[in-house]
Amino acid sequence: MKVLVIIEHDNETVKQSSFSTITAAKEISDSVEAIVLGQGLDSVINELKKSDHLKKIYKIDNELFKNPLAENLSNAIQKFAEGSDYTHILSPSSTFGKNMSPKLSALMDVQQISDITKIISDDTFERPIYAGNAIAKVKSSDQIKVITVRSTCFEPCALNSSVDVESLTVNLDKNNSVSFVSYDKSKSDRPELTSAKIVISGGRGMQNGENFRLLEGIADKLGAAMGASRAAVDAGFVPNDWQVGQTGKIVAPDLYIAVGISGAIQHIAGIKDSKFIACINKDEEAPIFNFSDYGLVGDLFELLPKLEEKL
Amino acid sequence: MKALVCVKRVIDYNVRIRVKSDKSGVETDNVKMSMNPFDEIAVEEAVRMKEKSQIQEIVILSIGTDKSQETIRSGLAMGGDRGILVKTDKEQLEPLTVGKIIKAVSDREKPDLIILGKQAIDDDCNQTGQIVATLLEIPQATFASELKKNDDNTLEVTREVDGGLETVKVNIPCVVTTDLRLNEPRYASLPNIMKAKQKKIDVLEIGSFGVDIKDRLQVLEVNEPPERKPGIKVDDVEALVNKLKNEAKVL
Ligand SMILES: Cc1cc2nc3c(=O)[nH]c(=O)nc-3n(C[C@H](O)[C@H](O)[C@H](O)COP(=O)(O)OP(=O)(O)OC[C@H]3O[C@@H](n4cnc5c(N)ncnc54)[C@H](O)[C@@H]3O)c2cc1C
Ligand SMILES: Nc1ncnc2c1ncn2[C@@H]1O[C@H](COP(=O)(O)O)[C@@H](O)[C@H]1O
Repeated sequence: MKVLVIIEHDNETVKQSSFSTITAAKEISDSVEAIVLGQGLDSVINELKKSDHLKKIYKIDNELFKNPLAENLSNAIQKFAEGSDYTHILSPSSTFGKNMSPKLSALMDVQQISDITKIISDDTFERPIYAGNAIAKVKSSDQIKVITVRSTCFEPCALNSSVDVESLTVNLDKNNSVSFVSYDKSKSDRPELTSAKIVISGGRGMQNGENFRLLEGIADKLGAAMGASRAAVDAGFVPNDWQVGQTGKIVAPDLYIAVGISGAIQHIAGIKDSKFIACINKDEEAPIFNFSDYGLVGDLFELLPKLEEKL
Repeated sequence: MKALVCVKRVIDYNVRIRVKSDKSGVETDNVKMSMNPFDEIAVEEAVRMKEKSQIQEIVILSIGTDKSQETIRSGLAMGGDRGILVKTDKEQLEPLTVGKIIKAVSDREKPDLIILGKQAIDDDCNQTGQIVATLLEIPQATFASELKKNDDNTLEVTREVDGGLETVKVNIPCVVTTDLRLNEPRYASLPNIMKAKQKKIDVLEIGSFGVDIKDRLQVLEVNEPPERKPGIKVDDVEALVNKLKNEAKVL
């Protein structure tokens, strides 16, 4: 058995979820290799090289991959994998992986296994369905298993190694039917939502974007990432990529603090692997209390300044 | 332009999911079913484009049991022109199978735009649109939060990605999958619901497509998720900080 991990990065740094995906790969086999496609990959490779468990890194440095267009990536990876004997191809279940990996599965005519949370054996996996209200144990009969990995369920691998790197060239025509226009990156000095130790999120109860300042002060003190419920994002209080939940980001920090969030199943789906959950809500009947280790009933506008002061 | 909108019948998002005691799946008897919420967004987008005369015809496609006709009808009531049901007795099909069927239907219908939801809220797979685009060898714009038609037969699509918003330009024909912020779907009015009853739904047998519908993934069992230990309510901010510091030790 041999596993290929597809590395997500931004041409500067490796995404944490890639390191978690390597850990998942290692649970399947000792023979784990990685492929990186991008442009100007030096710093990415320097970081990735340190990954424990990797036997080899293949890199394709080409302007075709400057932006992660799924068409170019999937075609190149399929061509590369075709000539090899990989039994498993793993990607992180991020928007990068979700966009690209199903294309790879279609090119190879296999049924992808999305968002696995546990590896039972080399062909059997667990994955949440129905917003995590049920956990399916599935067995794949495909020759090659194409998988996306829920990164919060696997620790990132340690970084004590020095892995061999081989440079490859591609023979791929530029896909002229799709082109990259722009990337509007959310500006933030805070840790990434999906890998932060502490996350503080606001919901509709925050009333407007301005009031998220009340959470910012606390996030600053705790070094926390900031998130939100769908209702807060839909209302335009905060950027779209702050949404935590079934159809947003899945988080599993040591501490998740939900403020002015009712606790709809779709939101809970994104937070229930957190070690500890605390909440502030003025409605003591709100479902969020059923999922919180520590719940505080009261008006957030009164409680948040006090909390910031006490930290 | 012609749009093909793919809609799936799923357990309504408000229903409390119950796992069957024999672990074979989740309870679907006497459970409210609805159109997958992302697919409502897909229908809505097509209807808005038709209202702007960017689209002339909207075909609503579902692959499922006879009951999926209801789901197609809801799409017709929102503004779809006609429907296609690809009928099967199987309660669940895998995304690869569904993708192959959608491809086969597209080969006949030749739509300029295929719109799907980004994710079905039952299997949570997030695959089908990407598979369709790959099989048809046309570009994809997934997780769309904004869609703009250019005069040169391209679409400019803003996509919700992890770090922010990405914009891509795709040639038509193409596949778009919808994210939550693309639009707010309308409720069908009573007259439109009545009118939808007159609209045509073609029913095709899944067997007529020559697609192998055998599952590649065998569901061994379906279990309840682990429960979280019940927590406590604390009296004030001081008590909260104290618990977080000294009991949970996370501060
Ligand atoms: C297909 C689909 C996908 C979805 N995906 C997601 C998802 O990924 N993530 C997600 O979060 N949701 C998702 N949702 C939406 C979800 O169902 C809920 O509508 C949403 O989570 C509600 O957000 P909220 O808790 O902020 O708002 P509300 O439910 O309105 O709750 C606001 C809470 O704030 C409290 N509050 C108000 N004022 C104060 C105050 N002054 N002090 C203290 N507390 C106060 C109220 O008591 C209330 O409990 C999805 C829905 C659908 C249909
Ligand atoms: N049986 C089906 N019939 C029609 N469309 C479907 C079906 N299954 C999935 N889809 C479409 O594919 C999207 C993504 O589904 P999935 O890949 O299963 O998460 C859905 O939002 C639908 O638009």
